[in-house]
Amino acid sequence: MAQAHGWVKRYFKAFYKGFFVAVPVAVTFLDRVACVARVEGASMQPSLNPGGSQSSDVVLLNHWKVRNFEVHRGDIVSLVSPKNPEQKIIKRVIALEGDIIRTIGHKNRYVKVPRGHIWVEGDHHGHSFDSNSFGPVSLGLLHALATHILWPPERWQKLESVLPPERSPVVQSEE
Amino acid sequence: MLRGVLGKTFRLVGYTIQYGCIAHCAFEYVGGVVMCSGPSMEPTIHNSDIVFAENLSRHFYGIQRGDIVIAKSPSDPKSNICKRVIGLEGDKIITTSPSDFFKNHSYVPMGHVWLEGDNLQNSTDSRYYGPIPYGLIRGRIFFKIWPLSDFGFLRESPNTERFADD
Repeated sequence: MAQAHGWVKRYFKAFYKGFFVAVPVAVTFLDRVACVARVEGASMQPSLNPGGSQSSDVVLLNHWKVRNFEVHRGDIVSLVSPKNPEQKIIKRVIALEGDIIRTIGHKNRYVKVPRGHIWVEGDHHGHSFDSNSFGPVSLGLLHALATHILWPPERWQKLESVLPPERSPVVQSEE
Repeated sequence: MLRGVLGKTFRLVGYTIQYGCIAHCAFEYVGGVVMCSGPSMEPTIHNSDIVFAENLSRHFYGIQRGDIVIAKSPSDPKSNICKRVIGLEGDKIITTSPSDFFKNHSYVPMGHVWLEGDNLQNSTDSRYYGPIPYGLIRGRIFFKIWPLSDFGFLRESPNTERFADD
């Protein structure tokens, strides 16, 4: 009887130890270092989801790289949607604070990106709910940098940070 | 001797990581103690007051009109601002001061909130930078713990005429 009791006690001790160590570490890792996400929608075609709804890309999101809110023009980033805080959107950074850019379909033809904000656009213009709809977004909404496509296997690749030349800013701010 | 030191170092690093992760989860999902600076929330919160903020309301989308929130500054993501929620999405906000003759109003866009400090004369808030996205809100302040003379739940807004009827 004493032996069975000892077994139960050791089991619970191991369980609590695992729970209070593993869960916070895992949660902190997913919040602060990296996580994965499935991309939905066509706003970043052809870079992401070229197959449409048949096969959604799964991307690796790197939180660590944006912990100081440092992004570059051409990066693909995920951010909290300014119109719906329950949703995350994934777009390409087109302009940083201080840049003046020519917009597509925005109410103003030229926009100067305010301090602490960035201008993001989907690669599939016209099918993208991006800064051309909701204006510059605050850097505080930045969630992660998308660095690689992990699934499907035939689409394994590192996502390049490339700014389409026709979308480069009219006036670039001094770094 | 070296193995003993190495073993101790690994254990120390292990504990640091473990407690750091527990601290992250506590601050991110439950709440924490915050020190406020600046005069923009007087008389409710004064400079160098210490308050308790909870982050559950933000995750469950339960922030309401009249709540005092901590949010990331829209123009500087590394600093925080502490203001009261005057309007939620869809609310009608009077953007001109009460002394103006012609009243100008606008509606708070979807997914945004309108923030104002209680010290209207000395507060840079949504009247200056416009409504801010809900996603910038980090937590809700509901309890003051320092100074002890002011210990307790926080007061209602002293500026009740800022809340327009929706």
